Amino acid sequence: MTSSWLVALLSTAYLGLLFAIARFGDARADAGKSIISANVYALSLAVYCTSWTFFGSVGRATSGGLSFLTIYIGPTLMILCVSVIVKMVRISKRQRITSIADFIASRYGKSQFLAGLVTVIAVIGVVPYIALQLKAISASLDVLFQQAVEASEPWWLDSTFAIAAVLAVFTILFGTRHLDATERHEGMVAAVAFDSVVKLAAFVAVGLFVTYGLFGGMSDIFQRAAATPELTRLLGLDHGRPETWTSLVLVSGLAILFLPRQFQIMVVENVDEGHLRRAVWLFPLYLLLINIFVLPLAIGGLLHFAGRPVNPDTFVLTLPLAQGAEGLAVFAFIGGLSAATGMVIVETIALSTMVCNDLVMPWLLRLQSFPLSERQDLSGILLGIRRGAIALILLLGYAYFRAAGEAYALVGIGLISFAAVAQFAPAMFGGMYWKAGTRAGAIGGLLGGFAVWLYTLLLPSFAKSGWIGSAFVEEGLFGWPWLKAQALFGLSGLDEISHCLFWSLFANIGLYVAVSLLSRPGVVEASQAERFVDILRYDHPAAEARLWRGRASVEGLVGLLERFLGPARARQQLAAYAASRKVSDWRRIAADAQFVHFAETQLAGAIGSASARVMVSSAVEEEPLGLEEVLDILDEASQVRAYSRELERKSGELEAATAELRSANERLLELDRLKDDFVSTVTHELRTPLTSILALSEMLHDDPEIELSDRMRFLGIIVAEGERLTRLINQILDLAKLESKQAEWTSGEVDIAEVVRESAGSLGRLFQDRRVALSTELPDGGPLVVLADRDRLMQVMINLLSNAVKFVPPGDGRVRVAMTKEAEDVRVEVADNGPGLGAGEAEVVFEKFRQGGDTLTGKPQGTGLGLPISRRIVEHFGGRLWVESRPGQGATFIFTVPLPRQKT
Amino acid sequence: MFKRSSPNRQRLAALALLGAPLLSYPLLALPEGQMNGIPDVFLYLFGVWGGLIGLAAWVAEHRGK
Repeated sequence: MTSSWLVALLSTAYLGLLFAIARFGDARADAGKSIISANVYALSLAVYCTSWTFFGSVGRATSGGLSFLTIYIGPTLMILCVSVIVKMVRISKRQRITSIADFIASRYGKSQFLAGLVTVIAVIGVVPYIALQLKAISASLDVLFQQAVEASEPWWLDSTFAIAAVLAVFTILFGTRHLDATERHEGMVAAVAFDSVVKLAAFVAVGLFVTYGLFGGMSDIFQRAAATPELTRLLGLDHGRPETWTSLVLVSGLAILFLPRQFQIMVVENVDEGHLRRAVWLFPLYLLLINIFVLPLAIGGLLHFAGRPVNPDTFVLTLPLAQGAEGLAVFAFIGGLSAATGMVIVETIALSTMVCNDLVMPWLLRLQSFPLSERQDLSGILLGIRRGAIALILLLGYAYFRAAGEAYALVGIGLISFAAVAQFAPAMFGGMYWKAGTRAGAIGGLLGGFAVWLYTLLLPSFAKSGWIGSAFVEEGLFGWPWLKAQALFGLSGLDEISHCLFWSLFANIGLYVAVSLLSRPGVVEASQAERFVDILRYDHPAAEARLWRGRASVEGLVGLLERFLGPARARQQLAAYAASRKVSDWRRIAADAQFVHFAETQLAGAIGSASARVMVSSAVEEEPLGLEEVLDILDEASQVRAYSRELERKSGELEAATAELRSANERLLELDRLKDDFVSTVTHELRTPLTSILALSEMLHDDPEIELSDRMRFLGIIVAEGERLTRLINQILDLAKLESKQAEWTSGEVDIAEVVRESAGSLGRLFQDRRVALSTELPDGGPLVVLADRDRLMQVMINLLSNAVKFVPPGDGRVRVAMTKEAEDVRVEVADNGPGLGAGEAEVVFEKFRQGGDTLTGKPQGTGLGLPISRRIVEHFGGRLWVESRPGQGATFIFTVPLPRQKT
Repeated sequence: MFKRSSPNRQRLAALALLGAPLLSYPLLALPEGQMNGIPDVFLYLFGVWGGLIGLAAWVAEHRGK
């Protein structure tokens, strides 16, 4: 048997668990290790599902069939419009916005009146909704104990008050621990996410129990309903009311954005925009899961309790109890409790922030007796006001619950609340996407919409509860039939929500647009409009700084911050700001426009943007800017941004072009240097033989007495030097032709073995003269044909052989020519047993005018152009020429010539 | 991270534009009758809804990387 003490114990334990989770979340947040992940964020959004969902959906389904789904389809469609939410989040972060009242007030020129108006609408619209949660808890306790033995024990008689008190304490503890510039409560978010898991688990557990335990599955329930005449209508939709469906989808879609608790969770508590990526599908999935069993439960309850007076709103509890599943019933109670607590906590925190910042603070600031000028810490007072507001709101909720009881005004309040917050939509959407929306327009729209909502929805609900006369509903105000509250101007045939939504939004949008177009915005309004609408583009601290002009003192502003944030937090924020400005000590911060802006945003986080503006202007001397000037600065900022982007692109292109030019220039300089080197070397090489020719010729010319033998020797030298000169010039010309690719090539099939033999033969005499042994190793078999220029190939061979014979020691010199045929080319080696080349020389010898051997002491033995020319020739044929050598062990010059490709 | 005019946000918004007509009248009047005892409207609503969620999850989690 369920006993009251057990339920009390479990409820207390559950709330204790929430406390623990919240404390853990706060501790982690303080340590900088946030536990708010994408999943936690998405689950916390399910604070949308209150006890009105948990218990009320089943009740709605028993009368309206599937129409309850609209309340969840609207949010699904709305949250898919992520860009709207991203924009709200971005604006709120940039402007330190902490509530929906602050958002609207800040957009329309930081208007205190507007902030207060939004707060009043929110409180009137939402406090009854809090009462509904208290009623749900109280009713579920009633159900639980009607079955229990101790039902007569009176301790829980005012358990609702106890619950309200406990919730107030909880909310105060975790909602107002300290004043934070960001107004985030990570512990609370974690607790709410946990609430969401519990209520989903509890509801699905009951759904499974009833559908598959009590009945034989979904189709069994639906078939039994189809067999019962009065239940068949629940199986389909009421096609006669398409506009009801549409307006419920619309109003709930707006509620998911503009209910104070949803704004708090979705926008203010958002730590990372990326979390929306998960929320965009996980939250709708949550809604889908919690709704699957609603209709089966409703039909199951109606079938099970047929003819008995059981309130359908309590089916979630009564069905398990009727089956004796008391454990499950208690679990369901805990689920309902979690749905109610989550909603009450978040809603109360959101409302208390609004009441404190937008109603109480402006009032206090206006009081003459308020100690504005005295230096004292006001952060304590602020916290006190918030705590008082929380207690007051819960007390109001409790009072409303006591007063309303079973009245209609409580049952229907869910949708009435939704319709109330829908009035924020024009000012919010207009504020984010329409720069011409003005403060006067927003006030007009809100007042008009709120008045129509009051007259067509809230007051009639009071009338239905019998609290006020119902004449204005039935006959119209002052007896004028066109003022009938729920058939305004004769518009009848709609349900009350559609009727109210149509007229209130008609008045709201109409007034907002018309008044906006007829009024001129003030300076602050215009600049805030730019900041809000262009938030995704607008990011220009320079313009931000120019938007303020005047004189300020650091002491004055620091004093303000210390008084409203408390000295410790103020110092912390100041230090962070100083670090961002690269100033070592915050006392030395310049009191410039940027600092004034910083101070105002910090204050806005604590007391709302409207009050913050009032406070800051009291501490500084501001020179007002003209509207035109403000708009110019903002226009300029966006133009400058566009220009700077263009400039950035151009300078990038320029940089690339410069780099290209630089490397081209380097290449040219290198070529120029090479050319100079070449010319000077060539001149030097030409001068050597010329000098000796000239010197010997002068001797012969000047001295006729020279002996004939000397004369013959001199003439021999002159001839030899002349030949050397000719050869040198020929080779230079040859190389020049090769390098400029103007050489003439005759390409044909050449038997390379024959070339080798022939060149060896033509140099045979030279080898014999120097007594150098020449051996050739040619492969057997037919001719080795390559595609080449025969004469050029011969030139290479002769050059290599004559080089070899020059460097081997006369007498026992040996030169070996070997030729091998490889897969794709022919390889020719010319090996000698000369002094060989050092590692450094192996490449140098292929450079122009660089010769092997010690050129400083020995007389040069060649022109220094043979090898470079040979290498170019071989490369022209597609082969390679290189040398393998070690000092003292001879050198092997190797070249390859590719074989012609086999015709396939 | 969502960027300005990110194609993903536009894809998701397009899903909302697709879902709005699918989940309201006059299309809702079409499913009639039942399948295995379960009303077609019930299956249609939850099916389309679930399908939208699935597509949104696919777009948000996979296309966004």
